[in-house]
Amino acid sequence: MNFTQSFRLAIKSLLTSKMRALLTMLGIIIGVAAVIVIISLGNGMQDMLDSQFEKLGSNLIQVQIMGRGGDASSRSISPDDMYALVDKYPQYLSGVSPYVNAQAAVRCGTEDYDQTSVYGCSENFVNVGTATVASGRFLQYIDVERLQNVCVIGSYLNQAAFKGDGLGKTIQITGSPYTVIGILEENGDSTEGSDDDCLYIPYTNAARLNGTSHVNFYLFSATDRNAAATAKGIIENRLLKTFQDSDVYMVVTAAEMMDAMNTMMNTMMTVLVAIAAISLLVGGIGIMNIMLVSVTERTREIGIRKSLGAKRRDIRGQFIIEAGTTSAIGGMLGIGLGVLLAIAAGGVIGNMMGEGFSAHPTITAVGVAFGVSVGIGILFGYLPANKASKLNPIDALRYD
Amino acid sequence: MGHLIELKDLYKIYQMGDSEVRALDGVSLTIDRGEFVAIVGQSGSGKSTAMNIIGCLDVPTSGSYHLNGIDVSTMDDDQQAEIRNKMLGFIFQQYNLIPKLNVLENVELPLLYAGLPNADRRDAAMEALHRVGLADKYKHLPSQLSGGQQQRVSIARALAGAPSVILADEPTGALDSRTGREVLGFLQKLNHEGNTVVLITHDNSIAVKAQRIVRLQDGHIIYDGDSSDPAAVVQPNEDAEDTDVGFGDQEEKAVMP
Repeated sequence: MNFTQSFRLAIKSLLTSKMRALLTMLGIIIGVAAVIVIISLGNGMQDMLDSQFEKLGSNLIQVQIMGRGGDASSRSISPDDMYALVDKYPQYLSGVSPYVNAQAAVRCGTEDYDQTSVYGCSENFVNVGTATVASGRFLQYIDVERLQNVCVIGSYLNQAAFKGDGLGKTIQITGSPYTVIGILEENGDSTEGSDDDCLYIPYTNAARLNGTSHVNFYLFSATDRNAAATAKGIIENRLLKTFQDSDVYMVVTAAEMMDAMNTMMNTMMTVLVAIAAISLLVGGIGIMNIMLVSVTERTREIGIRKSLGAKRRDIRGQFIIEAGTTSAIGGMLGIGLGVLLAIAAGGVIGNMMGEGFSAHPTITAVGVAFGVSVGIGILFGYLPANKASKLNPIDALRYD
Repeated sequence: MGHLIELKDLYKIYQMGDSEVRALDGVSLTIDRGEFVAIVGQSGSGKSTAMNIIGCLDVPTSGSYHLNGIDVSTMDDDQQAEIRNKMLGFIFQQYNLIPKLNVLENVELPLLYAGLPNADRRDAAMEALHRVGLADKYKHLPSQLSGGQQQRVSIARALAGAPSVILADEPTGALDSRTGREVLGFLQKLNHEGNTVVLITHDNSIAVKAQRIVRLQDGHIIYDGDSSDPAAVVQPNEDAEDTDVGFGDQEEKAVMP
């Protein structure tokens, strides 16, 4: 069968009844557009998560202690135990710092900074986390040991409270005056509530602010990404030795967190895409319906073609190509619409989150969406095409 | 070489509820190369059934049909399609051009199904259009042509594949008498050029343009001979209309010239 002629005929008949063609393709257009939008937004989210993990440090291991194990209140882990662990396994662990989220009110002059996060950490934090000091110095062993009222502030606070000149000034933390000894480099975009709206004090001070003597959260850094899994095992063994119960603590590597997030994202996307795919199915049925109508309308044409020597497969091929063309054009329109919608939605989300968020479809997604829409046309076009191919030429010729 | 068309003891029986209708009731007929034969009959005489079988659009209930020495009476759908494509050229009362295709594409259709490459197809189609004098209109759509021109396009289409037999089913039925005569003249010209033409009609005045007349009634051949013989145009009993077989009644729509 001549493909080009069938293809041209298909385009012609689509052009002669544009409204009908559009309505026929609508299901496919919506389905493909929905799939493209979902995948694009998913990709944007993925990129954003990746970059955030990258910022956090991919070697990071978080340790959280939730209880004590049984009723033995004597069991406890001190920061010194953790330091000892790092000293014992230098090939896997490169550092550790307590990490205490302090419940504290930050005040400077008459201004309250409610959004500011106050963390307690040790002098090692600069080696473990991703904070870098821009000016002044970070906390030191002596500050931690003596519970000195000193703090290192993020770039937001420096700008907002001290007009960029905070070094040596005083800031109130839950009523106590703290001296600013260091200012961190900008990490995000120096806005309120961002990564730069933070303040670090010695963890000993932070624990006191929280009214406890225990540190329940640590950040370790593994020597590199590959050592993280082994490092995790080492930490877990140590904790199990003390607590005798693996339920009271949690050790999570950054890679695991990323994996968990990715798995969640993928599951969500699969569900959404599956829902969108229902529209593709409906679109396919729409095409089948219109093709059945078209076969009836063109019974006479089929008769003529058969009388001139068209075989069954010629007629079948013609109608399948027509259905495939219809759905392929629908697919292309859907891809175009989907990409436009994704760009628009990405822009809106980017504005809302104040971060670089770009929704972009992958070439694979576009290719698969196109392939699936053509496939649906061929699949649902087969039945009408087969019906057409089996028409009796005499009856078909006499049909009006 | 044997006969071009050889029908032997052909029966076509339709089951209509309880009754049996014999559209062809033992027809034997031979047509040789280069003949111009008119198959004539009233409505219900069985001539349309005969035309369908000769045109390989239908198979007989029993009997044999050899075309060019090939037994085509027991072929399946696709085999018949191939025979139609290679050996037969149809001219219909309603022209049966495809409205969405232009004149050239319409004429190319049988060649397309024959699997000819693009360039050959175009050349053969243009040549056929030259023969009917419509080469300059090859880009027109059928709807832009007059009835007579459309019928000439359909003649070109029938010629394009160089068939063994040209089968014309009431070719003048939808035309006024002047264009009808033109078309008939054209068929005669084709016959003079050596083509075998089989004309199916209900109209004696058209049938006499052929050399030979085969008259059918109630599924039987009641006359077969030269068209110049006065007996050829004797209308049988007019009551024949009442025994309406009900099949192949295209001629009922025919406009009498």
